Amino acid sequence: MQALTNRGKSVERKPMTLLERLYLPAIFKGMAITFSHIFKKVPTIRYPEQKRPFAKVSRGLQVLNRDEEGRERCTACGLCAVACPAEAITMEAAERQRGEEHLYREEKYAAKYEINMLRCIFCGLCEEACPKDAIYLSETFAPSNLQRKGFIYGKEDLLIPNPLTHPEEYNKAKGEKAPTTK
Amino acid sequence: MADEQKQLLKVTIDNITVEVEPGTSILMAARKIGGDVTPPAMCYYSKLKGSGGKCRTCLVEVAAGSTTDPRPMPKLVASCRTNVMDGMVVKNLTSEKVIDARKGVVEFLLLNHPLDCPICDQAGECHLQDLSYDHGSAGTRYEFQRRLFEREDIGPYIQLHMTRCILCYRCTYVADQLTDTRVHGILDRGEHAEISTYISKAIDNDFSGNMIDVCPVGALTDRTFRFKNRVWFLKPMNAHRDCDKCCGRVTLWNRGDEVFRVTANKDEWGEVEDAPDGKPGWICNTCRFDKKNTGDWIIDGVRKVNRHSVISAGKYTNVKRPPEVFEKLMDRTPKLLLDIHDVSEINKPEVDLSKINGPATGDVFNEGTHEIPLLNTEYSSEKRR
Repeated sequence: MQALTNRGKSVERKPMTLLERLYLPAIFKGMAITFSHIFKKVPTIRYPEQKRPFAKVSRGLQVLNRDEEGRERCTACGLCAVACPAEAITMEAAERQRGEEHLYREEKYAAKYEINMLRCIFCGLCEEACPKDAIYLSETFAPSNLQRKGFIYGKEDLLIPNPLTHPEEYNKAKGEKAPTTK
Repeated sequence: MADEQKQLLKVTIDNITVEVEPGTSILMAARKIGGDVTPPAMCYYSKLKGSGGKCRTCLVEVAAGSTTDPRPMPKLVASCRTNVMDGMVVKNLTSEKVIDARKGVVEFLLLNHPLDCPICDQAGECHLQDLSYDHGSAGTRYEFQRRLFEREDIGPYIQLHMTRCILCYRCTYVADQLTDTRVHGILDRGEHAEISTYISKAIDNDFSGNMIDVCPVGALTDRTFRFKNRVWFLKPMNAHRDCDKCCGRVTLWNRGDEVFRVTANKDEWGEVEDAPDGKPGWICNTCRFDKKNTGDWIIDGVRKVNRHSVISAGKYTNVKRPPEVFEKLMDRTPKLLLDIHDVSEINKPEVDLSKINGPATGDVFNEGTHEIPLLNTEYSSEKRR
């Protein structure tokens, strides 16, 4: 058969020399390589205690944002759901009633908001589509789960804590700003 | 036959020549050609007599008046109100002046129009959205307070958002020409002009619902559909029923088997389409608001949506599903690890949105209680905000 390229190497099948047949020199050579790695810089980190900084462009778990008064920003306009290439987002809209003005920013809000994390590909198109700055991709991973039903994230999972009533949780949920990576 | 052909007038629009009957407006001649040549129209409605000439979006340049008098018209003309002449040469997209003028018109229309598209039920089928997307500029130079109005319920079925109105007068023509008595109209003049009913008198004409269909923006919206869903998540279906008042041919907007909204059939210009038997396509309020069961209708099939429209998003046509081999091989259905409807709280079977007359409230979803608010008690001035 004609070779497709001229870069192929033919394998030599010569009988081994005595030194090669002894086997031990090759073993010591290999162990020396392994041993030398003890003194080299460790490329891994001790994960739960140590964490790597996220890249500035990283896209993680979604959060539903609140405004500075702690009201939900989402108006259930459906642009994230129509932008979602994986069709992971669904929602139900409701009208804000009298007395709910402190809860919801606009006259319409998302009574139910669900992201199917099994479908989500973390592309960030929902964040780009949102006209109300309501959905952001945070710097966290979706935690693992033993069952599939744990991956259907509702509003209680996605909504950021209220900055006025729960400032500590809010700051924790906001996360640290990603340090610049080289 | 020869005489008839003599009568036809030749008009050239954007270098495309078309023959039309005398008395045709430039806009209708351009619609005969179709496509991008057609000037957009916000106030003109071919099925309503006397409409047009108000919004100035359909401005075109007439480069040559006619064969006998080939001088160009000095100013841009409104194509919906200008009739064609033989040998007329019209420039629409090929004219820089038109594009510039239309940009200005869009800016004027958007001066007082709120940017609440995320909340507005018209979003996705709004002519002003399309117009500003195609012809407008991204920014605004307006620095003052926009006009503010209270939301108003015109009768139990129609809601008026005067802030969104662009004063195209289409709805008043509907009331004039389709219904027996007009009880609403334009009050005041100029900057203060607004649509209202006298003493907020409820409109209970049988054809008043067509105002919703003719409204190019979200000023008049269906109260029974308010906030139920975005139009692009619904599936438009052609349907008909025997109605003694109207043609009975409608578009159902379904989620699953639930009828969320009923509208008249609309053609490619966003105008109500005549029924195949030649009857006008206007539909009555019974068809529009009271027949929200699939059983009330005979479904003719899925309505074709222009693929450039957001409504076509996620609606896959000509899908070829690969054959399921699991059942043949294993003699049983596959065991699903997760049925999404067991977990998801969206589209629950016990929450029947199509049966609620007004917008859903938080209680509808969160307590699982499914109370149908009575129309008359809900429709009161106290509830308005």
